[in-house]
Parts: sequence; C-alpha cells; structure tokens
Amino acid sequence: MVKKILLVVLMAFFMLMLLPFAKDFQAFEKLSPTAEKYVQDGPKELGGANLVSSVIVTYRGLDTLGEVAVLFIAAAGVGFFLRREGKNEKAARRQASQILFSGTAFLFPLILVFGVYIFLHGHLTPGGGFQGGVVIATAFVLLLLTDVSASINNSVLHLVESLSGASYVAIGILGLVLAAGFLDNRFLELGEFGSLISAGAIPLIYSFIGLKVGAELVGIVDNMREVRS
Amino acid sequence: MTTVLIIVLGVIMIVAAILALVQKSLLSAVIAAGAVSLLASILYLVLAAPDVAMTEAAIGSGLTTLVFLFALNKIRKEDKNG
Amino acid sequence: MTLITYLGFILILVGLWGMLTNKNIIKIIIGFSIVDTGVHLVMVSIGYLKDRTAPILDSAVLKADAVNQVVDPIPSALVLTAIVIGLAVTALMLSYAIKLYEKNKTLDISTFKELKW
Repeated sequence: MVKKILLVVLMAFFMLMLLPFAKDFQAFEKLSPTAEKYVQDGPKELGGANLVSSVIVTYRGLDTLGEVAVLFIAAAGVGFFLRREGKNEKAARRQASQILFSGTAFLFPLILVFGVYIFLHGHLTPGGGFQGGVVIATAFVLLLLTDVSASINNSVLHLVESLSGASYVAIGILGLVLAAGFLDNRFLELGEFGSLISAGAIPLIYSFIGLKVGAELVGIVDNMREVRS
Repeated sequence: MTTVLIIVLGVIMIVAAILALVQKSLLSAVIAAGAVSLLASILYLVLAAPDVAMTEAAIGSGLTTLVFLFALNKIRKEDKNG
Repeated sequence: MTLITYLGFILILVGLWGMLTNKNIIKIIIGFSIVDTGVHLVMVSIGYLKDRTAPILDSAVLKADAVNQVVDPIPSALVLTAIVIGLAVTALMLSYAIKLYEKNKTLDISTFKELKW
C-alpha cells in the first residue's frame, strides 16, 4: 500500500517537473542564428544539397566521431558477454520454409544494391551513411534467418569494420593537413552542385560510416543469435 | 486535416505503449513496442524530417524488434535445456 | 507543432511509469525504449517551423531563398545519431538480461539481492 502511494507521488512529481517545458513552449517564427548560418553558407562552402548531411559530416563532424566510438564500445560489450568457445557443431534445427528460401535468393542482392545507393547519394537526397548501413545489415540478417547452416565469417567482418573506422579518422587527418580543419571536406574538388561527384569528400566519408555501422550491427545480431553448442 | 491525423495516431501510440507494458505475454509486448516506433516514423514525416523518418523506420521497427526476439529465443532455449 | 511535443511528453511519462512498476527485466527494457522514442519526438518537434519544408535543396527549394523555406536541420542531425546509439544500448542491456537469466533461471528482478544492504 505504501508502495502504491509512493508511486503516485513520484509520478505526480515527474509531471510537475515536465510541466514548465510544456506550458511555456511556443513555436519559433524563424530559424535560430546558428541554423541560419548553416543554411546560408552550407551550399556555398561545402557544395552539398542535403543540409542535414553537411551538418552531420562537417559542421558537427566530431559528434559523429563520438557516436561511432560509442557504437563500437556497445558492440564490443555485446561480443564480450555472449561469446562462446568451442566448435560449431550443428544441432538439429528446423529448415526454413520454401517461401523464405526463394524470397531471399531474389531479394538479397536487391537490398544490398539499395543500401549502397542510399549511402552513395547521401549528399543529394534524404539518406546517408546511417540509413544505408542499417539497410545492408537487414539484408545480412535476412540471410542468417533463412540459411540455418550459414555463419558469418568473423575475420572478414572485423577486417571491414576496423578498416572503415581507421579510414574515417585518416580522412579527417587528411582534411587537417590539406584543408582548413579536422574532417574538412574541401581537400577534394567541390564539383558542380547537384551531381553525383560533388561536395568534396562528403560521399567518401559517408560511405565509410555506412560500412562501419552496417558491419557493427551485423556483428551484434550474429552474437545474439542462438549459438550451437 | 493534419491535426486529425496527429490526434488519431497519437491515441493509437499511447494505447499501444500502455498495452506493451501491461501485457503478460512477452511476445505481444515486444510487437506492440515495434508498433509504437512505426507510428513515430509517420509523425516524423509530418514534421518535415525525412532522414529521421527513414532511420526510425529501419531501426525502431526493424532491428530493435529483431534483437528483442533473438534474446527471447535464447532465454526460452536455456529454459528448455537447463 | 505543440501537439506532437505534448505527445512526446506523455510517452516519456508512460515509459517511466512502466519502468517503475514492472518486475520483469524485459518489460523494463521495453519501457526504456519507449522513453527513448518519446525524447526523440520532443527533440524533432522543437525544430519544426510552421508551413516550411524539409531541408533538402533541389528545384522546389532554391538556394537563394532557402532561409525562409526550410525547417531547422540541427535537431534532425542530433536525433539521427541518438536513434542509432539507442539501438546499441538496448542490445547491450538485452545481453545483460541473458546473462542474469543464466545465473538465476528467472526473469524476476527482485530475486537479485546481492547489491542490497
């Protein structure tokens, strides 16, 4: 009984804490000064048409580097807890149905190409590295669900992930040496606004981010799948 | 028109969230949480943020539900073995 | 719009209530995921300006007039990274739950008394 009263009091307290935010909230009329500077100078300086991508990759590039580091630590934690030693002997499991087999054989290359398209065009249309990486991870998870005897080659996965992460930092340092600052994208040609090869190094950086995020998510799902013992 | 859409989706989201936390069967709870994420991605489109909508649809109602189901499978298998 | 901000706050409260009342570890993790969704909704709805469109420049939104036609791009960028981190943290919490289940053979959180004093 005391617990229920305490719970109600606690919920009322939380509601009272959030109430000033909700009451005094007015919608803004025009952009804040920082956003105005990003929207005005972004296409001229960086050459990208997608303003959110140019904010993520160059203007706020250090935050993206921190996010990639947090993702790596979480994937390492999952791998540390759920890793099993021992040989991979095949236990008796149900075969997947015929619909899943034929559907996966048809869909897997399509989904892969779609994911690569999303992160290659990240600077022109909505999309970018994160979305493309997640779509590629979904394609591999579909493969894992269908073929019960498939296993992901762990060394290739680790190689792709480590190389992508290292190349991302290496491009940042190249920007420091050849252009104005860390993760500056102007050391490659800016090109013509709106075409595929444009916006300097933004497509390159985004491709590496997409590969790294995709490889990490595949590693997390592979660790959580049931392990044959 | 958009106000009606937001109110209808909002009511469905809140009901699904309460159902996800009250139900006894873990499987239904996980799927209700996936439905909350899916409706949130529609609301992101109404708010003119297409990048966020794509990411939320792929991760929230795709990979998160998948990871939950793999974990439930592992717990059930342990229960049968040990 | 303010309606979506209120909806986000209600989702945060529902998720918090669910985390406080449930004893099953998986339900607590689901509650955490709902709180996450609510917080992201609040953040993106703050950046919305009335009757404007998405921050992508093409033939519909010209470069010169973009300041008066485009929604704030900064909250979208922040929420994008936050969603991916939310997934990674949820996967880590679930691996904790699996290890705890292996030790005590139950998902009830009140049976873990080692840290109580």
